[in-house]
Amino acid sequence: MSSTITTSTNNEEDLWGGGNKPLKASYGKLMMWFFIVSDALTFSGFLVAYGFSRFKNLDSWPIADEVFTHFPFLHGVDAPMYYVALMTFVLIFSSVTMVLAVDAGHHMQKKKVAVYMLLTIIGGAIFVGSQAWEWSNFIKGEYGAVETKGGQLFQFINQETGKRIALDEFAIESHSDRTQHESKNGIWFLGEGSLPSFTPDEVIAGVIANPYVVIKTEKIDANGHKIILSREESLDKITQAIYVVEGANLVNNEYGNRLFANFFFFITGFHGFHVFSGVIINIIIFFNVLVGTYEKRGHYEMVEKVGLYWHFVDLVWVFVFTFFYLV
Amino acid sequence: MENNTHKLEIFRGLLKFKSNESKIWGVLIFLSIVTVVEVALGIIKPEVLVVNSFLSMKMINWIFIILTIVKAYYIGWDFMHLRDELQGLQFSVTITLMFLIAYLAFILLVEGNYIFDVIYEGFVSWNF
Repeated sequence: MSSTITTSTNNEEDLWGGGNKPLKASYGKLMMWFFIVSDALTFSGFLVAYGFSRFKNLDSWPIADEVFTHFPFLHGVDAPMYYVALMTFVLIFSSVTMVLAVDAGHHMQKKKVAVYMLLTIIGGAIFVGSQAWEWSNFIKGEYGAVETKGGQLFQFINQETGKRIALDEFAIESHSDRTQHESKNGIWFLGEGSLPSFTPDEVIAGVIANPYVVIKTEKIDANGHKIILSREESLDKITQAIYVVEGANLVNNEYGNRLFANFFFFITGFHGFHVFSGVIINIIIFFNVLVGTYEKRGHYEMVEKVGLYWHFVDLVWVFVFTFFYLV
Repeated sequence: MENNTHKLEIFRGLLKFKSNESKIWGVLIFLSIVTVVEVALGIIKPEVLVVNSFLSMKMINWIFIILTIVKAYYIGWDFMHLRDELQGLQFSVTITLMFLIAYLAFILLVEGNYIFDVIYEGFVSWNF
């Protein structure tokens, strides 16, 4: 009995000062697990909300393969998914160097820990950079589209080649008096974003003048392809256009459903922010390793805790990859 | 944690590694193969898997989701060292998450599907 009762002040500090190890895991590691579980719920909230919106618009949701088609240095080449696959590999690989750092920490090999931490930081930085590139492509857009009164989106297809065509290939420019409203010209708190390069009327004129232009709608047919209207239907529907959309922002985007871009920004953005903070934390730990903090402490548990977080970020990306790009 | 407390078997003992380090590389190879399979399926989209569905979800999506969970298992068990933790910790992390996420996904996806039906049946229609 007496062995289980602790009275000395020293033991008290062990018990209540973080020395206690429930489940044989240290205080710090358990707290990291608490954080990971709650953060996983935040991410699942985002992904499930995405699923909800997608199920709600099941017959008109954008097809990821048609949206993410860029690869660095390959202009105009249709390369769906290769880039995200590459990003996935970068992240998995940086995860591996992280475990190797943890493993080296168990053996108290300071140099190895430092090298592996550095590799992890580089991997994380490459990933964040890739995501920035992906975002910039997404925001810039490639082809442009028009939005109708009902909030539906029309993209344009060349009937002869079956390929998407950009607005500037067929729209007929006319001089218009519509100028961008800047806050300095009116009420100071009202401004507007930069205007698209064409007005809806110019696009409509372009569709009418060029017989090869047809409309690709948001709706998906039974085989999972977007429905393309005939020339007659296109001429009929194009008059409904009221906005020109180029690229993507939080209000509308040229890829399809408005929510699609919002979820893209929030889910990959929230994940990217996690990777970014992970890189920062890794850098701090890296310098701690260099100055020998953990050598003095006698163990490299801090590397292990940061590692847990880093792997979690990798884990989340695996799910984001599946539900945003594959399914 | 000492090195000799690491459990070095994966695939239920089918594959046993000599050291923790070689196990890490082994898991990396396995995860890479799974990712390559996923990407290849995503690019090729075999007709058979897209047309056929099971429990009203396309076969290809079942494969993607199952492979994702397999990947998540190995990241959790080998990279996050859950394999070396007590069963109590393993279960408090995984069961909690699996239950809550499955529940949330279930109710929200059913609701989303219901709203789709309402729009599709014509109570609300596109204004064009």
